[in-house]
Amino acid sequence: MGCGTSVATEMQVKQLETAMKAAVLIQRWYRRYMARLEIRRRYTWNIFQSIEYAGEQDQLQLSSFFTYMLDNFTHLNGNGPDLISQLLDPVIDPWLDRETCYKTIPIPESYTGPRILFPLSVSDTNALLSAFKEQQILHARYVLQLLYESKKLLKQMPNIVHLSTSYTKEITICGDLHGQLDDLLLIFYKNGLPSAETPYIFNGDFVDRGKKSVEVVILLLAYLLLYPDHMHLNRGNHEDHIMNLRYGFTKEVTQKYKTHGHEILQLFQDVFSLLPIATVIDAKILIVHGGISDQTDLELLSSIERHKVKSALRFPRRSLEQLDIGQSHRLGKRMRSTDISRPSSSRSYNGNHRTPTLSWQDSGASTSSSSSSSSSCSSLCSPRTPSCISPQTYPSSPSTPCNILQVPFLDSLSSVPLPSPPQQEREWKQIVDILWSDPKTQEGCSPNSFRGGGCYFGPDVTQRLLHKHGLQLLIRSHECKQEGYELCHSGRVITIFSASNYYEEGSNRGAYIKLGKELVPRFYQYQVSRTTRRLTLTQRFRAAEGSALRALKEKLFAHRSELMTGFLQYDPNETGCVSIGEWAKVLESVLRLDLPWRTLRPHLVHLAPDGSVEYQSCFEDVGPGAPLPQVAPNLAETLFRYRTDIEIIFNIIDKDHSGLISIEEFRHTWRLFSAHLGVAIDDRAIDELARSIDFNKDGSIDFTEFLEAFRVVHKLDIKDHHLKQG
Amino acid sequence: MAEDKESGENENILAIHRKITAAFEPFDYESKNTVDVREIGTIMYSLDCFPTQADIREFIAEVEENSSGTVHLDRFMPAMTKVLLENKFPPIPRSKIFQAFKVLDKEQRGFVEPEELTKFMMEEGEPFTQEEMDEMLTAHTNRKENVIYYDKLINKLTADAPK
Repeated sequence: MGCGTSVATEMQVKQLETAMKAAVLIQRWYRRYMARLEIRRRYTWNIFQSIEYAGEQDQLQLSSFFTYMLDNFTHLNGNGPDLISQLLDPVIDPWLDRETCYKTIPIPESYTGPRILFPLSVSDTNALLSAFKEQQILHARYVLQLLYESKKLLKQMPNIVHLSTSYTKEITICGDLHGQLDDLLLIFYKNGLPSAETPYIFNGDFVDRGKKSVEVVILLLAYLLLYPDHMHLNRGNHEDHIMNLRYGFTKEVTQKYKTHGHEILQLFQDVFSLLPIATVIDAKILIVHGGISDQTDLELLSSIERHKVKSALRFPRRSLEQLDIGQSHRLGKRMRSTDISRPSSSRSYNGNHRTPTLSWQDSGASTSSSSSSSSSCSSLCSPRTPSCISPQTYPSSPSTPCNILQVPFLDSLSSVPLPSPPQQEREWKQIVDILWSDPKTQEGCSPNSFRGGGCYFGPDVTQRLLHKHGLQLLIRSHECKQEGYELCHSGRVITIFSASNYYEEGSNRGAYIKLGKELVPRFYQYQVSRTTRRLTLTQRFRAAEGSALRALKEKLFAHRSELMTGFLQYDPNETGCVSIGEWAKVLESVLRLDLPWRTLRPHLVHLAPDGSVEYQSCFEDVGPGAPLPQVAPNLAETLFRYRTDIEIIFNIIDKDHSGLISIEEFRHTWRLFSAHLGVAIDDRAIDELARSIDFNKDGSIDFTEFLEAFRVVHKLDIKDHHLKQG
Repeated sequence: MAEDKESGENENILAIHRKITAAFEPFDYESKNTVDVREIGTIMYSLDCFPTQADIREFIAEVEENSSGTVHLDRFMPAMTKVLLENKFPPIPRSKIFQAFKVLDKEQRGFVEPEELTKFMMEEGEPFTQEEMDEMLTAHTNRKENVIYYDKLINKLTADAPK
């Protein structure tokens, strides 16, 4: 004390301590902020995924409806299902198989897009690359010729392509692209264009969702023609013309090719069904789009006629009695929240355990002796009896799942042993399992109830298949992963996904794999960015969260009356409030999305001062975009909810893709659809609706415009928009 | 009265349990009621706790099963319930954060330079990783003047924090 130097030292020590404390304080404060962000990012991810898979289920439902109509009512009302059968089982125009199909199409002088010459050379693929970068469109004549040539080449290919690595050349493996041309171009930029030195495998799902599916698939096919030995394409579950109806490829083609869209689509359908199903590298690594099941048999797979499976959603025709047995899983399938089939739903600490009406254990038990039916096929079966045609009243209680097409199956739990399935069906299932399955962490093989098709395969299933064939590794795609890739089953299964920002700008990275002679995969990640400035985590997250919540709010709105019925059960005095727990219960039972409702609550609904939920407020910010045509209220809601399904049916009926259908067709569609939904809709209501939207009274209906009125939009966004404009 | 109080407490604990389960679940990838020890910090932060890295390490030592690298919900639940009931890692008030930044801002100019902040955050205390540092600088550096106005930073992060 008292000595100058010692005071100074003490001061220094104190200062150091303060600095250290200050640093720790800021660090933990900041880390906590980032951790909260991370949690929200995960919830956002869950929302996107749940909604995406719900869509896939819907598509399967719709397809099973088509199948049912086809098999049972081929001549109903003369024209109904025939329209559908044209789409589902098109008689391929023989003209398309001959070279003349493109030769007669002239290319006008005014055409400024790329001109290519067959057989293709590097200058042609370069021309395509630069043209697509400049947003140009390849002329229909070239597209048809490219498809025709691809078809010829693909016919020569085996179902399973065997490749071998060499010391000098590494193989690059890419996952889903989904029409995201920017990702494909970025891969080519980073990794080099396909060539003898840079061989590629693209593992399916080239098309749908993204806006440049045509460009992506044309480029891939062009490189396939150029380097048939160094470019390899596996089929994905979206290389399927029925999937394309919902997820955008059909629409994209008809919009880009107004005159020859129809022929192009038909040829694409052929090309897709001719794509190889699997690739094997050095007899050690199996590459397929989705995965495997406990039924997967590589020998059988390599011997089947793959092109016969035009669509995984088109179940092979079979007798009604046989269908009956496959139905037993039907209900379980719609109940996503069963313990064994859906990993993330099985946890519960104390209480609040979900009680599915019928779990997979139940349905599995009855058919345990017939495991061959225990997976994908069940969801794709058709209703058993024509009873689905007679309109059912809409279930109003939230505890009753209001699943379309479900009613006829309830009583079909059957313990009849399954007869050995016909050859065609076995083959079909082999392919469906390869294209649609996902790995799971639990042992065993169970139907993929989340997606509605394919299987969940456990580590034991992987182990058995790899062992049986002396393989080391399974590489698959099919699922979006935040880092673009993911390992599971003790590293024996790799998921690779190459469409970055798949759900939303910033939602995920894309990745590809490089593989050399030593067969040790190396991962390369990337993320396409539309802005030059680096976005912060917070900014990237904000955008993703916003659109996820918007999607969720639309779902709420589309199920408004059901939700309201549910809320009122807990609120008999109509106070407008229920407890948070009750609110969450209603949402869960009506929407059947596996989401943490309590955590999402602050983003969806207001609280009353006493802490209860003001449930009406979850419909506040959304509503129809335009003044509605005159519709009965229950019809309006049906329209909101099944807008996509209805659009698909309209598109099928509208063969020339003019966007117009006749009033008679409109009526007919409705009759079919209300049967499909099991909704009682008054014929008169439909007629009134039809008349009110035939604005110019010429007897035809512009259904694009009509459906636009039934799009849910966000009122806040509209307000913002007006403010900005004003 | 006593009974009322007791049932009130029970409800409180039930609510806390629900909160903990909800925070735990997103990290339980294999549905085995377990999470990786590396996620424990995030889960604690998400439950509105402000532990230091040392606090987190100590907590993990308490709940981890014989260095398995995982934590089971059965062990996490009671320990975390205790932390929440005792309010062991209370929120840091805004004013304290402000003071902490002021320590760095020796001339009391109201801002710090990226280099100073980097040195401070990556060398003192429980140092930031490069990734954490980059994120903080990208998000909060005033591009024109190339400095960080820390009152703005604090406001922004406080406003962003979900309640």
